[in-house]
Amino acid sequence: MKVIEGSYAVAEAVRVCKPHVISAYPITPQTHIVETLSQMVADGAIKAEYVRVESEFSAISVCIGASAAGTRTYTATTSQGLALMHEALFNAAGMRLPIVMTAVNRSLSAPLSIWNDQQDTISQRDTGWIQLHAENAQEASDTIIQAYKIAEYRSILLPVMVCMDGYILTHVYEPVELWEQKKVDAFLPEFDPVHVLDPKKPKTFGAFADPSLYTEFRYMVQEAMEVAKKKIVDIANEFRDEFGRYYGGLIDEYRAKDAETLILAMGSVIGTIKDAIDEMRADGIPVGLLKIRAYRPFPVDTIRDAVAGAKAIIVLDKNISMGYEGALFTDVKSALYGKSGVTALGFILGLGGRDITKQTIKDMVAKALEAMKSGKVQECEFVDLRKEVL
Amino acid sequence: MKLSVGAVAEPGSTRANKTGTWRTFRPVFNADLCVGCGICSQFCPEGIIHEKNDKYATDYDYCKGCGICAAECPKGAIKMVLEVK
Amino acid sequence: MKLLAPGHRGCAGCGAAIAVHSILSATGKDVIVVSPTGCLEVISTPYPESAWEVPWIHSLFENTAAVASGVEVARRALGRKDETKVICIGGDGGTVDIGIGSLSGMLERGHDVTYICYDNEAYMNTGIQRSGSTPYDAATTTSPAGKISFGNDRPKKNTPAIAAAHGIPYVATSSIAYPADIGKKVKKAIAIKGPKYLQIHTPCPTGWGFDSNRTIEVGRLAVETALFPIYEMENGKITSVKKIKRKPVEEYLKVQRRFAHLFKKEGGDAEIKKIQETADANAKQLGLDM
Repeated sequence: MKVIEGSYAVAEAVRVCKPHVISAYPITPQTHIVETLSQMVADGAIKAEYVRVESEFSAISVCIGASAAGTRTYTATTSQGLALMHEALFNAAGMRLPIVMTAVNRSLSAPLSIWNDQQDTISQRDTGWIQLHAENAQEASDTIIQAYKIAEYRSILLPVMVCMDGYILTHVYEPVELWEQKKVDAFLPEFDPVHVLDPKKPKTFGAFADPSLYTEFRYMVQEAMEVAKKKIVDIANEFRDEFGRYYGGLIDEYRAKDAETLILAMGSVIGTIKDAIDEMRADGIPVGLLKIRAYRPFPVDTIRDAVAGAKAIIVLDKNISMGYEGALFTDVKSALYGKSGVTALGFILGLGGRDITKQTIKDMVAKALEAMKSGKVQECEFVDLRKEVL
Repeated sequence: MKLSVGAVAEPGSTRANKTGTWRTFRPVFNADLCVGCGICSQFCPEGIIHEKNDKYATDYDYCKGCGICAAECPKGAIKMVLEVK
Repeated sequence: MKLLAPGHRGCAGCGAAIAVHSILSATGKDVIVVSPTGCLEVISTPYPESAWEVPWIHSLFENTAAVASGVEVARRALGRKDETKVICIGGDGGTVDIGIGSLSGMLERGHDVTYICYDNEAYMNTGIQRSGSTPYDAATTTSPAGKISFGNDRPKKNTPAIAAAHGIPYVATSSIAYPADIGKKVKKAIAIKGPKYLQIHTPCPTGWGFDSNRTIEVGRLAVETALFPIYEMENGKITSVKKIKRKPVEEYLKVQRRFAHLFKKEGGDAEIKKIQETADANAKQLGLDM
């Protein structure tokens, strides 16, 4: 166990996965990850080609070309950089290229903000990438190793975004258990692609499909997502067996079994919520947590089962679909439609780096208890809104 | 046909698509005038004009009848004639 | 056997298909081709079919040179010691406009990639819209001639000069009217380590408005009028030009519908004079006249 920066832990995890090609463009707060990887390349500590591109669009495009040519690839970005990649993200998924990316979570301009929320990855929800959210630096780095195994699984072959909250996880120093190369090699076999760009077997990549076939190609991605639902759980279990650490499969639960009120959230806020739950439990409030680890594929059945015994749910969104509500709240309600009469409250919070404290969590739980009593539910409420400046 | 993962396609498979049906005019090659220079072959957009015994001929399965071969033949050995179907 | 199979959906007389035949005849089979979205991509790869006999990848419109960079470094990372060449074949829209960022990045980073632009001087695939490579006064669907317009009001972008400004070892222009010239230059380019840029003038019967049998003739006229000069630049210096017995620009303009307004509209003469001045300047600058 070493006390290291989250970004360094991620770079270390990437190193032991032995990617052949790394391509990235610097953007705050992803920089420490790519700087560390650059140093590893400069020191010969990792045998990868590092391509210093002129934009995030080219970073992901280099990964697309390199992946099609049969290599394991890695990139990292955040916020505006991820938005710039948007078009190519669809392309990578549609071409079924198992690229792995660390998506550092940061808000989107305007106004410009370099601080954390999750609007950036939420806005890439429909690209066909698997999205896994990490709670701490150890999980963000362990999940990289799992991500390659998920992405490269023959009946999945989809790219994976490992999401980690900017600054909160990238710049924090935490005790992190590093990996023995031998154990990683045993856990993660070499990338064995189905098709490769090679003059000996001259295949065509990136053909177009007319209306008689396009739907079926999209369906195949959806099918792969269904396979991923099972495989993400299996691989999390395998990882636990090999490395002794476990963060949940599609979701994780904390004091949830007998909880009347369940909090659903993603990312680094999970730690704060757990602490708040412990304190509330001590005060006799039966509250628990569902940590959403896989945002895509979305764990509909798992959430339904986990929520079955609860009377109220509180969904935290560090994003908002303007003109509606938080994206996770919409998804959770949709999953429960017709299956649960639970009282549901959605909260928008933590935008642009606004702190989420234990008190914030407790206030939301109080609101849920009140709503259950009064039967009055306000959906989509901004938390800690500074009304005095509006 | 079963779809391939990621829409990967097989090489040269457009051969299944016989574009000869597009043709309005048909190039007729006069072997007596052909000197075997191969200019017609170099300029054919379909890449289907091939040499056989120093003379050139096209593949009517694919020839779209553009007429470049006839226009560029330095010996006037190719004539475009109206396709009769 | 040609490396672009028949059955592709190119229009009768398609210049882009001719360009590809000339390019691939020079490279041979040991090549990986990267193309952007565009006419060439659409005519050659309607799933489940592909006209390509060589490995080929299309990702998006603006990332061709970046995808090629990825392919090139991947081959290196895998320790492939073979002679396989990575080349790009893309239209002018995907090259000089939307793809110029990734092209510039690839050239600047020094990848061993040969980028070949087949320049048909507009967005043909979407219906003949103006690109940065469209010549002055050409009518396109987004730069139409009209009561107060002579068509495209800007000169053609000098992309070979932009490529050369990256300090790359080899830049050349050519035309589909001269397959031997293309062959020689492609062979030379792929033999040089590092980034190379070729721009091949590629007349389009559908977009420019001439009969399908005149593709080569029109290409030849562009060169012979000095409106598309053919030259080579090695390490930033012009090292060869194709000398011509120069023809007046009218001979090139009058055979194309995209310039027809110049011969009908009042003031057209003055416009043709301006175009002639461009040709004169090209001839003078490069020493094209025999």
